[in-house]
Amino acid sequence: MSSVKIMVCMGPGGIASGGAEVISAFESELRQANVSADIHKGCSLHKVGCFGLCSKDVLVDLIIDGAKTTYQSVKPEMVRRIVSEHIIGNLPVAEWTADENYHNFYKKQVKVVLSDCGRIDYENIDSYISEGGYKAAEKVFAGMTPEAVTAEIKNSGLRGRGGAGFPTGVKWEACRKTAAGQKYIICNADEGDPGAFMDRAVIEGNPHAVIEGMLIGSYAIGASRGYVYIRAEYPLAVERLKYAIKDAHERGFLGSNIFGSKLKFDIQLKLGAGAFVCGEETALIASIEGQRGMPRPKPPYPVFQGLWGKPTVINNVETLANIPYIIKKGSAWYSSYGTEKSKGTKVFALTGKVKNTGLIEVPMGITLREIIYDIGGGIEGGKALKAVQTGGPSGGCIPANMVDINVDYESLARVGSIVGSGGMIVLDEDNCMVNMAQYFLQFTQSESCGKCVPCRIGTKRLLEILSRITKGKGRDGDIELLEKLSRDIKSASLCGLGQTAPNPVLSTIKYFRNEYEAHLKGKCPAAVCKELLTYYILEEFCKGCGACLRACPSKAITGEKKKLHKIDPAVCVKCGACFDVCKFKAVKKE
Amino acid sequence: MEKTLEKIMKEEIENEGNLISILQNIEARFGYIPEDAVNWFSKRLDVPASRFYGVTTFYSQFHLKPRGRNIVTACCGTACHVKGSEKLISAAAMELNLKNDEDTTENGEITLERVACLGTCSMAPVVLINKKIHGKMTLEKLKKELKLLKKAAQ
Ligand SMILES: Cc1cc2nc3c(=O)[nH]c(=O)nc-3n(C[C@H](O)[C@H](O)[C@H](O)COP(=O)(O)O)c2cc1C
Ligand code: FES
Repeated sequence: MSSVKIMVCMGPGGIASGGAEVISAFESELRQANVSADIHKGCSLHKVGCFGLCSKDVLVDLIIDGAKTTYQSVKPEMVRRIVSEHIIGNLPVAEWTADENYHNFYKKQVKVVLSDCGRIDYENIDSYISEGGYKAAEKVFAGMTPEAVTAEIKNSGLRGRGGAGFPTGVKWEACRKTAAGQKYIICNADEGDPGAFMDRAVIEGNPHAVIEGMLIGSYAIGASRGYVYIRAEYPLAVERLKYAIKDAHERGFLGSNIFGSKLKFDIQLKLGAGAFVCGEETALIASIEGQRGMPRPKPPYPVFQGLWGKPTVINNVETLANIPYIIKKGSAWYSSYGTEKSKGTKVFALTGKVKNTGLIEVPMGITLREIIYDIGGGIEGGKALKAVQTGGPSGGCIPANMVDINVDYESLARVGSIVGSGGMIVLDEDNCMVNMAQYFLQFTQSESCGKCVPCRIGTKRLLEILSRITKGKGRDGDIELLEKLSRDIKSASLCGLGQTAPNPVLSTIKYFRNEYEAHLKGKCPAAVCKELLTYYILEEFCKGCGACLRACPSKAITGEKKKLHKIDPAVCVKCGACFDVCKFKAVKKE
Repeated sequence: MEKTLEKIMKEEIENEGNLISILQNIEARFGYIPEDAVNWFSKRLDVPASRFYGVTTFYSQFHLKPRGRNIVTACCGTACHVKGSEKLISAAAMELNLKNDEDTTENGEITLERVACLGTCSMAPVVLINKKIHGKMTLEKLKKELKLLKKAAQ
């Protein structure tokens, strides 16, 4: 009569890979095999948050009497064998269990914020409590002064994970010392950086850690109300957080007389409506107040004058989710990870051209090489690493020859990038750096709120210049013009959006100037920029199979069966369908 | 329409709503922001319609025109971009016969949209088809899905 626990990943990657279908398959197989009757009530099925290695989803942990086996890339049709051979027969299905790569992925990681993510049932508050959840809040409410709490957070060295890296304890202290009848704490869950999903995964995988972090923060600064500003593109995170808030209320962790004190604290959700700039704290406040999300100049800082003019602490999701673990295990423990100035761990969304894509948590100061090669398993398809983009639209590119750099606030800033919120996108030889700069400018230009001129018009001009370069219409002096304009926008813009928008341009020019120069000469070295490409078919490789002809959407390809095919450059729309479909590498682009 | 608007009004009063949440509520119910709805709220709340318009056009979630019955949302976030989302989007536009800046097919059946990131970056490129997420999208898979949608629409 053994106890069986089945944990299925229902994180962002798990769901996209069919996690819900895997769960139904388990349900029906367990019912058919009458497992619960055989091994009594000992068999339970749980939905859990992100395991981390999304590229091997759906991941399933099977824990029999405490012994864990992980299955990777599970499909519904595989469930029957897992149930009959492993759960009933007690013999793991070896060919489907996690391989060496899976274990290597975790070796260099240190999980703090994510320590419970993928292990606890996000829908079940008891699951969080049984792992020590709400113990930190209890400790704070029962025996710590607000001063002691802020001191503890200050000592931990925790810095804001939303991008700017401001010391959290210092922010809390400033707000605590500001006298006011009403104060607020806001959790910034806008996660606007495209290509990053740390905050989504944390909320979906362990919503109570965020709530507990806010609760502790409210105690430290003296706020009775909290808001979570969450982007509407994350419906699942909204749903799970709502559910968790309701549960926390029912258990008395939220509401009045928390832990027997006279204190009350409530959390309300505010849904974003799709605007990147609303991640900026003053714009976020305007948006919660129901207005157009326009930033205002700082000072006054929100800790003195924030939501509805009241002192307000705004913290990122990951920052807040760290708090309970720091209080529980102590600041000394937390600050034992990381470097002198960048303490603790950081979650990154590792994506792009690496083999293992997913969510990772590493100690600050780890090298980029360790992240890409040891954790990420190297570059996909045997291609060469070109650069790593960090910090999204506000960040920069780190070239391949600097891959031994330490990943912490100071080191990345030194080379013209930032840690940012944690997006880490790996680029290979097939990515064009001018195209990347243009991509980010397209984003920031369309997301500029339009309030200040340098950002509104400056980003537009930057984008125009980049666009003409990628179209082969660049002019002499364009690169210098980009550099000058970038510097002006950085120094004159009102908020962080404009102040950082030129970074992708500056860092790509700094490290990949040759690519810019090649574009000015009419060549895209990575063969990405459409206007600079021609597609043609190599006679010696073409077998006349007709695959390209069928794939071509614009009927630009002609040719008889088993004879050489031809692309008419006048008709070709350069979509690349023929290139992708040809099995004989006969289509060439230059 | 009147009835629905009354209902929205009631909900928003209960939930301490504001301009944004009213518009979100309207969008959720009608699939876009009808001018009449804005005028109705403008009168009832004594807030100029231009304020609604200002908020509506600021946020990308709001639409001033009705959208197709099927929504295909292609992610063009950074992770998806480096994995070729642009190619997918232009192929989809071609498959749906969308010209110039049109985003909805002539028969009003299918709308093709872009989104900055869906938070499923590790499965890039990602396309959302009627709210169902499809990761590791390829040209063939996308074309097949679009053909299915078109067929169902007939
Ligand atoms: C344009 C812009 C977008 C931002 N987007 C976010 C975001 O999506 N999430 C976030 O936590 N912080 C974002 N920030 C940073 C916030 O302004 C703020 O610094 C942060 O929420 C503070 O929390 P922290 O100290 O815990 O990092 C953004 C800043 C700028 C200038
Ligand atoms: S970049 Fe496409 S889901 Fe994030």
